[in-house]
Amino acid sequence: MANTDNATTHAALTGHEEHDAHGEHAGHDEHADHGKPHGFWHRWLTSTNHKDIGTMYLVFSCIMFFIGGAHAMLIRAELFHPGLQFFDPGTFNTLTTYHGLIMIFGAIMPAFVGLANWMVPMMVGAPDMALPRMNNYSFWILPFAFALLIGSEFVPGGGGGTGWTIYPPLSVEQGYALPMMIFAIHMMGASSIMGAINVIVTIMNMRAPGMSLLRMPLFVWTWLITAFLLIAVMPVLAGAVTMLLTDHFFGTSFFNAAGGGDPVMFQHIFWFFGHPEVYIMILPAFGIISEIIPTFSRKPLFGYDAMIYATASIAFLSFIVWAHHMFTVGLPLASELFFMLSTMLIAIPTGVKVFNWVATMYRGSISYEPPMLWAVAFVFLFSIGGFSGLMLALAPADFQYQDTYFVVAHFHYVLLTGAAFGIMGGVYYWLPKWTGHMYNMTLAKWHFWMSAIWANVLFFPQHFLGLAGMPRRVPDYATQFTDWNVVSSIGGFAFGLSQILFVILLWQCARGGERATGRVWEGARGLEWELPSPAPYHSWTEAPSMATLERGAPMHQTHG
Amino acid sequence: MATTHPNSDKYYIPHGSPWPILGSVALFAIMAGAISYLNDWTGAWSFLPGPLLLAAMFFGWFSTVIGESQHGTYNQEVDRSFRMGMMWFIFSEVMFFAAFFGALFYARRLAVPWLGGEGVKVLNKLYLWKSYNPGWPTNGPAHVGGLSNGTFSVIPPFGLPAVNTLILLTSSLTVTIAHHGLRSGNRVLLKTFLALTFLLGFSFVSLQIHEYGEAYRELGLRLSTGIYGSTFFMLTGFHGLHVTIGATMLVVIWLRTMRGHFTPNHHFAFEAVAWYWHFVDVVWLGLFTFVYWL
Repeated sequence: MANTDNATTHAALTGHEEHDAHGEHAGHDEHADHGKPHGFWHRWLTSTNHKDIGTMYLVFSCIMFFIGGAHAMLIRAELFHPGLQFFDPGTFNTLTTYHGLIMIFGAIMPAFVGLANWMVPMMVGAPDMALPRMNNYSFWILPFAFALLIGSEFVPGGGGGTGWTIYPPLSVEQGYALPMMIFAIHMMGASSIMGAINVIVTIMNMRAPGMSLLRMPLFVWTWLITAFLLIAVMPVLAGAVTMLLTDHFFGTSFFNAAGGGDPVMFQHIFWFFGHPEVYIMILPAFGIISEIIPTFSRKPLFGYDAMIYATASIAFLSFIVWAHHMFTVGLPLASELFFMLSTMLIAIPTGVKVFNWVATMYRGSISYEPPMLWAVAFVFLFSIGGFSGLMLALAPADFQYQDTYFVVAHFHYVLLTGAAFGIMGGVYYWLPKWTGHMYNMTLAKWHFWMSAIWANVLFFPQHFLGLAGMPRRVPDYATQFTDWNVVSSIGGFAFGLSQILFVILLWQCARGGERATGRVWEGARGLEWELPSPAPYHSWTEAPSMATLERGAPMHQTHG
Repeated sequence: MATTHPNSDKYYIPHGSPWPILGSVALFAIMAGAISYLNDWTGAWSFLPGPLLLAAMFFGWFSTVIGESQHGTYNQEVDRSFRMGMMWFIFSEVMFFAAFFGALFYARRLAVPWLGGEGVKVLNKLYLWKSYNPGWPTNGPAHVGGLSNGTFSVIPPFGLPAVNTLILLTSSLTVTIAHHGLRSGNRVLLKTFLALTFLLGFSFVSLQIHEYGEAYRELGLRLSTGIYGSTFFMLTGFHGLHVTIGATMLVVIWLRTMRGHFTPNHHFAFEAVAWYWHFVDVVWLGLFTFVYWL
């Protein structure tokens, strides 16, 4: 425990003692809300409050989700029929490139950072993030970075058409868009690194007395490990794109074979970043699911320690599997074997997680509120993505699957029905805590069922297309692929439209609705539920008392 | 640092700061200026506004933090947050250099031998680059860059680079002596050896600049000289940039010691800069070994 100097312990012991069983007034004094600054610009531009910054991250991510989604709609419109309908191939490539970059760096990652901002201090009993000014910096870099990125779509010559992986030599031949994309990526990287440093320091240094590492909620644990991955690999991406920049503008030969370099070297450096990156996008979702399932199964999480070890193992393995993205570039046989085997090892800790979630539900008293619906869908659909991942891990099989729609189907199952469904579950789980209102249950269930059904209509047929040989990143295709592309496009449009329900629901819930209690969900355990709803502007200004900590302890300690 | 501040039992949470948003604008201005210059939309002047804004931001932000620190606003826990933050920042810097070291090792051990037809890549030798004899240093089978005849020479390790190694190792020693001075309350020792440290730092940078001039003018060793020039200048260039930043930070904390800042038990900024300085030193040892020597 870092947090045990006499002053803090004293504050904790003599702090506000709450008598209300629901902890309605726990951990905040009467003046807590008075710190809220007045004036729109003052409040949001200069904010150092973790809840305001968390809200900005989440709103930003939602906007990017729709901009990235609009790109996807255009892609599906072009692919509705064979032949070129709406876009020339160059524009189509631009759409796939920016769809990927916006969804990864604009939608998924900021959503998780927003959730961490809101929840980590409340879950570990801290008054705020450890470095509040830097917290503001890491958020406000993002709108500027995306101004550059999205702006680069509209420069003369058009946006980059390389795919989000920006492989040379194609990327080095891009026009005006190239430096804009590269510097936007540098800025996103700086933002991510600062955000991750803040999360790690908050978790390591700001925990309330008594909140030992092995009492932390799983969401905090998974974010701790994610933050480590971010700090380790975002600088590597910065290095890789810097080499692209100098190859294009300053005559270096990193990726130029004539000068002794190698374009494949970019793929190695990129995927050394890129593979941990895919776990950066899923580990916090694992954490969210591990919070939701015990709550609505009314049982402690099965295998809390095993979940932590599994997360750490996945993080370690993520550093030694990168070349499974490159099986067809002509790797030496020994490399093919090593990366194939190391990749398949990941199935073990991931299997531990899936079995633990199922075991948590086993003989539980389950109810299907919206967060649980998303969580159960996550377990099913993420596992499908995991299984297709195992198929792709087999080097000889991957020779067939490489660059087909099978790969597209695989990573959309893990990223959309995995990461994004996890985020949705988290939002539905904690939204009443943020707004103080319960949301419209009917609308929430409609949103879930529409999303879950149409996401499968959208992506499941892409497995068939890929196995039948349809390549990815093409605006036109052979006519035998038409039927499943029509189905996939219909699923895509319907999925996109369904998300409008989400915006309506968020808007309604922010403006009013049935008052939510502090606990919100009867089975919920954790320090965040010991605070009233909405959570006060400044929470845990006095560290939670031992009694609060005991009551808020995750179920694995009270019932296990 | 006064430890009697009324709030020293509370973790200090600042309320509203103009500096981060200014920093975001500054970062945007730097990037936009560089993009505009690289795309030939504007002249080199477009590099100016961003760094100026960034400098203003750093000045304002650090002035605020130093002021708060001098008022005893920060307790031990805040201090620990700063320490952890700095360590993780340095770790991210290590990983940035790792990308370029990775490129160096990959090119030397794999890419260049393969271009020369090693192992299963024998067709490269038979059909593609018939006359290429792979080795290190190299500027590739097409002799990219270099002197007019496509050749170039490298900088021998046991000339200026060895002197530079001595300079940086000595500076690591002097900063440690300054730290001992600070801890034992010997302010004269502190100020003298801190000044000595950044002077050594700046002499390292000026020797590097001298060496770069020689490489460009006489040796044909340039950024564009194939893979050797690319890895050489990107690694040593980014390192030189970090030495410059580190030496500037040393000047800042030296000015603070002249104003009587830091106490024997409370001097996070000093330690952060010292760690950073040791980090650039360690990176240099890697550079000297793998770029200049082996």
